[in-house]
Amino acid sequence: MDVREIFQRLEAKLGSVGLALAQPAAGDPSITVPAARLRDACRFLKSDPDLAFDYLRCVSGVDLKDRMESVYHLFSTQRSHGVVLKVVLDRGNPEVDSVEPVWKSANWFERESFDLLGIRYLGHSNLVRVMMPGDWVGHPLRKDYVEQEHYHGIPTTRPDPVGGEDA
Amino acid sequence: MLEPKAQPADGVLRINMGPQHPATHGVISFMVETDGEIMRKATPDVGFLHRGVEKMAEITSYPGFMPYTDRVDYLASMFANHGYAMAVERLLALEVPRKAQYLRVIADELNRIASHLVATGTMAMDLGAFTPFTHWIRERESINDFMELICGARLTYNYLRVGGVCADWPVGLTEKILLWLDHFEPIIDEFNRLITGNEIFINRLANVAVIPGAMAVDWALSGPNLRASGVPFDLRRCQPYSVYPELQFDLAVGTGSRGTVGDCYDRFWVRIVEMRESCRMLRQLLAGIPEGDFKAKVGRTIKVPAGEVYSAVESARGEIGYYLVADGTDRPVRVKIRTGSFTAVALVEPISRGLMLADLVAVIGSLDIVAPEIDR
Repeated sequence: MDVREIFQRLEAKLGSVGLALAQPAAGDPSITVPAARLRDACRFLKSDPDLAFDYLRCVSGVDLKDRMESVYHLFSTQRSHGVVLKVVLDRGNPEVDSVEPVWKSANWFERESFDLLGIRYLGHSNLVRVMMPGDWVGHPLRKDYVEQEHYHGIPTTRPDPVGGEDA
Repeated sequence: MLEPKAQPADGVLRINMGPQHPATHGVISFMVETDGEIMRKATPDVGFLHRGVEKMAEITSYPGFMPYTDRVDYLASMFANHGYAMAVERLLALEVPRKAQYLRVIADELNRIASHLVATGTMAMDLGAFTPFTHWIRERESINDFMELICGARLTYNYLRVGGVCADWPVGLTEKILLWLDHFEPIIDEFNRLITGNEIFINRLANVAVIPGAMAVDWALSGPNLRASGVPFDLRRCQPYSVYPELQFDLAVGTGSRGTVGDCYDRFWVRIVEMRESCRMLRQLLAGIPEGDFKAKVGRTIKVPAGEVYSAVESARGEIGYYLVADGTDRPVRVKIRTGSFTAVALVEPISRGLMLADLVAVIGSLDIVAPEIDR
C-alpha cells in the first residue's frame, strides 16, 4: 500500500486533526502526526487488517535546532509495506506519549532517544538512560550539548599526546 | 548503565555477570537476580562501548564517516558499510555500477559466513565445546585472507565507497574463492557431525528460551533470530536491494527440529543453514561478475541534498538500518543507526525469567549479540 493511501485511511480514522503528508522528490515520504494523537494513530496502524504494521523497526530522535522530532519507522511483516511517522516536539519541553503499549520494541528505542536527546516518552514503563551513566549531565546528541568537564573527579578530556593545539 | 543497588532482603541474590565475563561477547553486563540456580531475571546493562558514533557522524564528511561504520559491528562491518552507502546514494539519486553491486554482495556474503562462523563457534565454546570453535576459526582465516586481497583489511574493511567500492576485483581471486567453497561445504557436514548433532549440545539448547514468532515481531527482533522464531522475514527477500532479486536462495526458518520453534537450538541451526545458502549465492555471483566500473564518478566532496532516508540491509546480526537526515551541506544533520543486537539484547530480560543461570550463556550466544553494535 502506498503512503497516500495509508495517509487517507489514517485521516479517515482520526479526522482532520492536523495530519500532514510529505512526499519529497528525494528520500522517503512521511506522515506527521500531532503529538496528542500519536498513540491512537499507532494503535490504528497496527490493528487495521489491511495496514497491519506489526513491526516497529526504529525510533529516532532528531534535534533540528528550532524543534525536535521523534521519528517512527514502521513495517508490516504480513503485507511487506512500510511507513514513516513523525511527531514534532517543542525543543524546550520535548514530550510525547510512549508507544511501548503498542509495540514492545519501543521500550529500548525510546530509552535511547531519552538518553541521547532528552525526549520524554510519557507512560513508558522504565524510562532510564541506556548508554550513559544514570548521573550523567545532559543529552549528547543535542546540537547545543556541552560535555561536562569532570565525571566523578575524572576529567573527560586529556591533553593531546602529540602536542596539538586543542586538547 | 544501571545504578548500584543493595542486595534485596527476600533471599534473592543479585549478582553481576560481566562486564568482563568471557561469555558475554564483549563488554556488556547482566544484573542477574537468582534464587539458587534459577534466574528471577537478567537485566542487561549496556553502554560500556558507547563511543558516540552517531555524534561523530554529525561532525564528519559523508565519505569520512565510512570507516566509523566499520566499528559499529566489527564482525560484520561490510553490512554496516553497505547500509550507509545505500542511504547516501539514495539521497543523491546516484546509480551504482552493476559490477560494484556484484562486488558488494560477494563481500557481504563472505562476511556473513565469517560472522556466522564466529557466532556458532563461540556459542559452542561458551557451552563447553572448545574444538568446533578452532575448526571454524581456521575456515574464517581463509575469508580474512580473501578480504585482505579485496580491500586490504582483515576486520574493519572500509571497502565500500559512496557510488561503489574502493578497488577493482583482484585478478585470480574468483578461482581462489571457488576452490575454498569446494573445501568449505563438506566442512559444514563435518562440523554438523562434530557438534550440531551432538546429544549433549542439543540438550543444552533445545526448548531453552523459546521466543514465539509474535513476541519476536513485537520486540523487533531481526535477522537469523527472527527467522528462527518461524517468521520468514529477510530484507534480502522482502525488501530486496542491490542484486539480491536475481539470486536463487532459500530462507532458513526455524522449524523446532529438536524442540520448539524459536528455541536456542533453532537460532543455532538457522545460522548453519544460512552459511550453506551464502555459499550457494557466492557461486552464482562469482560466475557472473560483469565488466565495467567498480565505482561511479563521485567528487571528493559530497554535498547531499536536503532530505531524509531510511536504508536497511540484512546483516549477519539482523537489520542494520541508517536513518539519515541531510540539509544540503557536506555533513549529515543526523545519522541514527538501528542494529540487530540492540533489539536482541532488549529481549534478554523478558525471556530470562525462570531459566537456569547456566542457560543465560546459551541465550546470549544464540542471540549472537555483539556489544559495540548495541552501544555504537
